[in-house]
Amino acid sequence: MRKLGLGRIVLAVVLGMAGPAALWAQETPQISESTADHSKFKELQKDFASGPEVTAACLSCHTEAATQVKHSIHWKWEFDNPTTGQTLGKRHVLNSFCGNVASNEPRCTSCHVGYGWDDMDQPPPAQDAAVDCLVCHDTSGQYTKLATGAGHPPMAAKGKTITGADAWVVDLKEAAQSVGEPTRQNCGSCHFYGGGGDNVKHGDLSSALYHPARDVDVHMAEDGLNFTCETCHHSDKHVFAGSRYDVHATDPEGAGQPGMMRKDVATCESCHGDTPHDMLTVTGIKLNDHVDRVACQTCHIPSFARGGVATKTRWDWSTAGKMDEQGQPLHLSEYTQGDGKELHTYLATKGDFEYGENVVPYYSWFNGQVDYTTADEVIDPSQVVEVNRIAGSAEDGRSRIWPFKRMEGRQAYDSVLNHLVYSNVWGPTTETAFWTNFDWGKAIEAGMKAAGAEYSGQYGFVDTHMYWPITHMVAPSEDAVACDECHTSNGRLAGLAGFYMPGSQPFSIGGILGMLVFVAMAGGVLLHTTLRVIMRGGKKGTTHD
Amino acid sequence: MTDAPHAPNLDNVVETCPDCNEREVLIYPKFERLWHWSQAGSIMILMFTGLGMNGFHSLISFELAVRLHTLVALALLLLWVFATFWLFTTGTYKVFLPRVVGLFKVARFYAYGVFKGEHHPYQKSLTRRLNPLQALAYSALKTVVFPLVWGSGIVYLTYNFWEPLPNASLWLEVVANVHLAVAWFVAGFVILHIYLLTIGHSFREGVRPMIRGTETVALTPEQEAYLERHETWRLVK
Repeated sequence: MRKLGLGRIVLAVVLGMAGPAALWAQETPQISESTADHSKFKELQKDFASGPEVTAACLSCHTEAATQVKHSIHWKWEFDNPTTGQTLGKRHVLNSFCGNVASNEPRCTSCHVGYGWDDMDQPPPAQDAAVDCLVCHDTSGQYTKLATGAGHPPMAAKGKTITGADAWVVDLKEAAQSVGEPTRQNCGSCHFYGGGGDNVKHGDLSSALYHPARDVDVHMAEDGLNFTCETCHHSDKHVFAGSRYDVHATDPEGAGQPGMMRKDVATCESCHGDTPHDMLTVTGIKLNDHVDRVACQTCHIPSFARGGVATKTRWDWSTAGKMDEQGQPLHLSEYTQGDGKELHTYLATKGDFEYGENVVPYYSWFNGQVDYTTADEVIDPSQVVEVNRIAGSAEDGRSRIWPFKRMEGRQAYDSVLNHLVYSNVWGPTTETAFWTNFDWGKAIEAGMKAAGAEYSGQYGFVDTHMYWPITHMVAPSEDAVACDECHTSNGRLAGLAGFYMPGSQPFSIGGILGMLVFVAMAGGVLLHTTLRVIMRGGKKGTTHD
Repeated sequence: MTDAPHAPNLDNVVETCPDCNEREVLIYPKFERLWHWSQAGSIMILMFTGLGMNGFHSLISFELAVRLHTLVALALLLLWVFATFWLFTTGTYKVFLPRVVGLFKVARFYAYGVFKGEHHPYQKSLTRRLNPLQALAYSALKTVVFPLVWGSGIVYLTYNFWEPLPNASLWLEVVANVHLAVAWFVAGFVILHIYLLTIGHSFREGVRPMIRGTETVALTPEQEAYLERHETWRLVK
């Protein structure tokens, strides 16, 4: 974010030196893309003391903006799943990373699109000025949010930002005057850092997407199409297309009618149509035959966590709490990711971690429906618990094979009631937070209390899997998964059932029967030859006329 | 058909044709030779690509294998459409009609006589260039084996058109198994076919008729007279 600021200075210097160019520029005045230059607005020509003050200024013109934002999942962190009836969203769900928001609010809500939400028991703050316009619309590059400030920006050079950088004093006036359409920097400052660090959570959303090379993301490459997130994730009244809770696993509507641009979904098909491969080639026709059963992502994202930023693939909370010889919390950094950065492999606060780069996805039939193991659901601790379940099968007629990041976890559960538990991990001044006190008993009790969930007082640790649909980091077509990665014995999809994979079973019944007949015929020929050689050996010269 | 009054019983003629004369005559017209070699090449490519798709070698990618297999198979099918048309319009199909007379003698030759250095018992004639065993083998190949392989192949290829049918995935597996089994049989036939060329004067002489088109056959005086008067271009010597 700061680099952009520096870049601007360099640009100004270069422009200053380029006198003749500046003269030429004067003769043909640059016409602004936008009809409004926010730096000329009187409402914004003042020093703001806080985020909400800026928002109040925004709302003095954009009167309906706050209402729109407040109807979005960005604001509510709540999603009522229409098919499963589950109430999901960050406000409610459990995951295998930091676990839950409840009781950890100011840390987690640092990425809320608002200011001051510090109690999950309550809805977000009611006043309109609590909406954070700048986190999405700042283009100055120097606006950010404090990691532990419940969404507020740093007004002093103290603490960390939401991306883990040392905080700086944000210039709210500059930010307010810079506003524009959201860029990758805006979305990325939260979405690339989910789970507490760069690419920790999703695997396909990392800081590598700020300036990706073509092979990392064919759509977002700066020297190519240079998409922003919104190029696909269309928004309507501040509500964005695309959901991880209710996924468009298939999109038979395709690109829509000629001349009409579909803006209701973020699917590949909404641009590429449902027959995206060349219909004049055998390969193209055959690939188009796949699209009803295989998601675009399955072939076109050969691996995730590309571009030098690793993703966390395993998180074992059960080992947390170890101290070193000096009695200080132990930490190890034994993984170096592609861009050279060293990553923690053990933290006393969080336990053991494993990472992966260029990870081959886990594949599953998927109909778009995801069921969450909510805290009131009874689990079987003798099995690996699925924190979320991917619904779908080869037979249901609406599933396609999708790629996922399968997160492996080991996390706390109520060993009497057999429920997954909420835990209070963050809280530098509390007596309950695990990261401060290293006491699971207190941490879970506080988390459960904050979430209003029943807790027996006994806990244990259980292995978990959590599934994250992979849909970003689409590779150039030349890097797509080759046919023989799947059409082979023990290929990428060997673990999936309910369909016949051509080329994967050369020793099927038909194959073996055929081979037996072939061997019999070839053997007969050999036998015949041998007999001829032997018999003719004694009767030289009689075979020819 | 062989008993039609205007067609002499050629098996008898061959068996007892004291007045027949052996002449080298053009038996395989250009189209038939083109058909044979295109088919031979196609089957080689189909076997090579088919083995590749099933993982027996990785000399070409699955994608290229599928592309070649599909295009060559479709081209071969087109050729077969022409060949079938040709067979029936020219009446050449008759050489493939299986017949019992002489079958045992030929079978006995391959099973026994060949080891004793006996001569092949079948004398090729102008209208009967295939011996009864060959006729039986080719007619089975053309009416059972090839239709099974191209039939299952077309059903396999067009999976997406019948995918909505119940148990389509199971049927695809059945079709794939049939295709695979019969393909192996065809591969076995190719071995046998080539091997049988080594029985006779020499392998080269066995192949030559399908290259030059001419073959030494027994001509009745009437056939010889007809050819010498009306189709001299078919007579080599």
